[in-house]
Amino acid sequence: MKIYDARYVLIGLAIFVGLFTIPFWYNMGRAVPPPDPKLDTPVIQQMAVKQCVLPLAEIRTGHMQLLNDWRTWVVRDGLRTYVAADGKTYNMSLQNTCMDCHSNKTQFCDQCHIYAGLEAGTVPYCWTCHIAPKENQ
Amino acid sequence: MGIKFSLLAVLALVLVAFLGVEAIGMNYLFGVLVPYLAFFLFLTGFIYRILKWARAPVPFRIPTTSGQQKSFSWVKQNKLDNPSTKLATVGRMALEVLLFRSLFKNTKMEFRQGPKISYQWEKWLWLAGLAFHYSFFIIVVRHLRFFMEPVPGFVHLTESLDGFLQLGLPGLYITDLLFLAAVTYLFIRRVVIPQMRYISLPADYFPLFLLFGLGVTGVLMRYFTKVDIVKVKELAMGLATLHPTVPEGIGVLFFIHLFLVSTLMAYFPFSKLMHLGGVFLSPTRNLPNDSRIRRHINPWNYPVKVHTYEEYEDDFREKMIEAGLPVEKE
Repeated sequence: MKIYDARYVLIGLAIFVGLFTIPFWYNMGRAVPPPDPKLDTPVIQQMAVKQCVLPLAEIRTGHMQLLNDWRTWVVRDGLRTYVAADGKTYNMSLQNTCMDCHSNKTQFCDQCHIYAGLEAGTVPYCWTCHIAPKENQ
Repeated sequence: MGIKFSLLAVLALVLVAFLGVEAIGMNYLFGVLVPYLAFFLFLTGFIYRILKWARAPVPFRIPTTSGQQKSFSWVKQNKLDNPSTKLATVGRMALEVLLFRSLFKNTKMEFRQGPKISYQWEKWLWLAGLAFHYSFFIIVVRHLRFFMEPVPGFVHLTESLDGFLQLGLPGLYITDLLFLAAVTYLFIRRVVIPQMRYISLPADYFPLFLLFGLGVTGVLMRYFTKVDIVKVKELAMGLATLHPTVPEGIGVLFFIHLFLVSTLMAYFPFSKLMHLGGVFLSPTRNLPNDSRIRRHINPWNYPVKVHTYEEYEDDFREKMIEAGLPVEKE
């Protein structure tokens, strides 16, 4: 059967299919390995028990909220000591506590952040106030 | 009736995904096979519907017009409401598709103080519709960050504009709020206005509940219960590069979200949601009003066998003369 105004209809359909299959074209022939955040900084290697502030699963998905809470507690409430679930105490500080172990921002933070589509250097906006660690490359 | 049915249908979908992943562990089915199948159905179904519509001939110009048509040179034509050229029609379509202009003209009719009819300005439907569609569009664009690597600049730009309030971490997206608010409004409107409720069918409620479920699971994943976003991207990239993998340890909430999206895609071509393509094919909008300027020939015209008067007279001339009827040729 005849398709009326076939020129317009087919152009429209081509645009539709093209737009909705962008991911397939964009990634074609590209291997995208998942990120591999490095945990081999000198400080971590010297730790007897390699344990972060929160258990692995929680820190992985919830570190941004923890940092946000720390920010509020330190900057607005003047608190500095964080008591973890296992009773250990930490100094609530991104630069002195987090980055002490994870001194490898490009090998650690940026790995997942960039992969997850956060804009490098802009989001997360930690480093608009904090000083990014100088890494010895 | 329609509300209950639709709500139960969406809840059943959530339950299917929950049990399928949590109880039976069919992560591959819900993470790879169902999304692929749904996407295939979406594309092919969409093309099928459009081609089916495009096979219907539109022999005459039937635009709905609401302005002065092209007339004498000293009568001002309303070019956007009554276009007579291709360009003006494209302009009219653009306003319709991008700004929902016909919804903007929506009025509410009421009887007041006995038999007096009053027409009222009614812009809330237009506003909620616009908020909903643009939020949904921006949300879809934002989701491209899971399907593209490296993430292109326009996705970053959309994200930073959407999250410019920088409220909380992960940062609040304005469209997340707008989307849920608009869907809620569109639902309440259907239920509260008696005429709307009377004409509403399960096919109207189901997409609303489905979209609401999508929004809620998305919001839960981002702001509240969290899933492992890196693994989510690993799965999404697997789908996009045609090397599907299902990493361990993604929360079940993600699979519910994915299953609802799959349902939406599979349902799309068979539902009223096809207005995405249909709006471009609607002959009351996409035709210029040039009925009196151009001659439009019915496309299914075929040569009709005719019997002219001359032939008729040839057949019956003698009998006509006998009966004393006048004939043109003796």
